[in-house]
Amino acid sequence: MKCRKCGGAAVLELRRHNAAFCAPDFLEFFKNQVKEAIRKFRMFERDEHVLVAVSGGKDSLALWDVLIEEGYRTTGLYLDLGIFDYSVESKAKCEHFAAAHGVPLLVVSVAEEVGAPVPVIKNVTRRPPCSGCGLSKRYLMNRAALEHGIPVVATGHNLDDEAATLFGSVLHWQTDALPRQSPALPSTHAKLARRVKPLYRLSERETAAYAFLRKIDYIVEECPFAKGATSIAHKEILSRLEDVSPGAKHNFLFGFLEKARPAFERAEAVVLNECVRCGQVTTGTLCAFCKLADQVKRRT
Amino acid sequence: MKVILRNPRREVEVAGGRRVKDVLRELDIIPETVLVIRGDELITADQLVREDETIELRPVMSGGAP
Repeated sequence: MKCRKCGGAAVLELRRHNAAFCAPDFLEFFKNQVKEAIRKFRMFERDEHVLVAVSGGKDSLALWDVLIEEGYRTTGLYLDLGIFDYSVESKAKCEHFAAAHGVPLLVVSVAEEVGAPVPVIKNVTRRPPCSGCGLSKRYLMNRAALEHGIPVVATGHNLDDEAATLFGSVLHWQTDALPRQSPALPSTHAKLARRVKPLYRLSERETAAYAFLRKIDYIVEECPFAKGATSIAHKEILSRLEDVSPGAKHNFLFGFLEKARPAFERAEAVVLNECVRCGQVTTGTLCAFCKLADQVKRRT
Repeated sequence: MKVILRNPRREVEVAGGRRVKDVLRELDIIPETVLVIRGDELITADQLVREDETIELRPVMSGGAP
């Protein structure tokens, strides 16, 4: 197979683009996709400080790598979920990456902030582990950005993540979730940082290839709680679809963003309050994070 | 030829002298869900793998909390 750009030996075929690339031309393609995402959704300006949420996995470290390469001022944020050896190893990967690139890394422990690590939260709430984990992550990311005066949080969500989330929302017609699904969510309150997903144009196979070719030391093992997660089942279904119809995931997500999403935007804005305890933004009086911490306190 | 699989990490032996895509088909692995690694490089599905070679099929899927 030949590289579409230079005609040299290809290392990766991208069927949805009907193309194959050699290593240098693939890395160029990858960076251009990230640049296009940032430009199209005006995610951040050249001189803005960006908080990059990193997990030690391929996506977030690939994102951090591109932003550093492109000359952005970044700070990493690692949330220690306390998930046994998985968290120990993934934290070490992030610390190693930050040290090797000479960039700052903030580390926040979920156990210290919530009162217990994710495995205990899972038992206390009797909900799927990803539920309490996701809630804690979104809260702590925003709070870290505010505390450090960083206007925007970038996460490593890729095309597959976004297509799987959309698939789940459409499957259950969660019409309140649909308008929130976007590569860039603006700040709608003084205490809410902007949230952006600069990898939304790239599949997870492409981010894995980028991380491999850039020799990024990332954690290949999966989170032990992700096995059996609904999001994984949705990804598997979409991958089977993609196999027989290359471009299906891309068309599903991009078609939604361009044609369908505006139809689900609410006419009236949601009223946002500040949590009576922690002061973070909530639609009620006590935020979901404080409620979770209360629940953990009562049952541990 | 030897094939390294992950999650959990294990090794299987399959007949060599074939293209990567034929090996993937035999193992019932969708090409879009893995990187194919030989030594320190990525290879495409049309590449021939010899009997004495080893390839790693590294899964690219991650998931869990959004």
